[in-house]
Amino acid sequence: MERTDRREPLLIALTALSGAMVLVALYLALLGAPDANLQSETGRYAQRIIYFHIATAWVGFLAFFVTFVSGIGFLRTQDRAWDVVALSSAEIGTVFMLGVLISGSIWARPAWGVWWVWDERLTISLIQFLIYVGYLMLRSSVEDPSRRARFAAVYGIVAFVSVPINFIAIRMWRTQHPLMFGTEEGGLGPNMMFAFFFSLITFTVWYVTLMWHRIRLERLRDDVEALKLELMG
Amino acid sequence: MSYLVAAYAVLWAISFGLVFSILLRQRRIRSELDTLRVMVEDDALPLDER
Repeated sequence: MERTDRREPLLIALTALSGAMVLVALYLALLGAPDANLQSETGRYAQRIIYFHIATAWVGFLAFFVTFVSGIGFLRTQDRAWDVVALSSAEIGTVFMLGVLISGSIWARPAWGVWWVWDERLTISLIQFLIYVGYLMLRSSVEDPSRRARFAAVYGIVAFVSVPINFIAIRMWRTQHPLMFGTEEGGLGPNMMFAFFFSLITFTVWYVTLMWHRIRLERLRDDVEALKLELMG
Repeated sequence: MSYLVAAYAVLWAISFGLVFSILLRQRRIRSELDTLRVMVEDDALPLDER
């Protein structure tokens, strides 16, 4: 517990930094970045969704990568710390993937005229989200902590296959989902890149902050379990 | 414009929902931890001092 308390000011500072960066990223995305080269006003407004939509997807992919690496780490060492990181990251990644699906759907309505199409990119994203919901369900269904951690580690490693498939889907298949770089219609021009990369960095810092809070929660749970055992024994 | 507002509102609702959920769970666990600590301390005392 002492270590957690000593780091408290650092966590508060990081949380404040994340909040400030989010405000700047919001300003850049909504006002600072230039309008996209699109005909309709609705299309130009909707285009501003992608600054946070892509950054949210990036956090989802990053979180699932961390779950994948932590799964390997756990299987190699059987160290509970890896399991805590894997769980925390999977939970954050799943929530962010939900954000990707919903914000993408809202973008699709003015851009494509429909809320949803069953094209490869969107379908893979939905499946990926469900795979990680399955990860969280698996964890809550296994009682024994060591078995739960082992099963979850294997599942987290296998589930990560969905990330590269999702990433390359728009390059492998002729999907409706636009490529955001190097295209004129619907893509990002060079003068929009600052807002875009600032959003990516902001969301990465936001992810680290959330991870810290989530890992702390899991450590508190461990303390509770240890005290319960002490009382029983 | 309404789509833009809706997308950002949803993203922030989800994001802050996660933050509040973590903070709420932390508060519950801390309260449980405090109760258990008192119980462990009581358990460590000799029977006549409890």
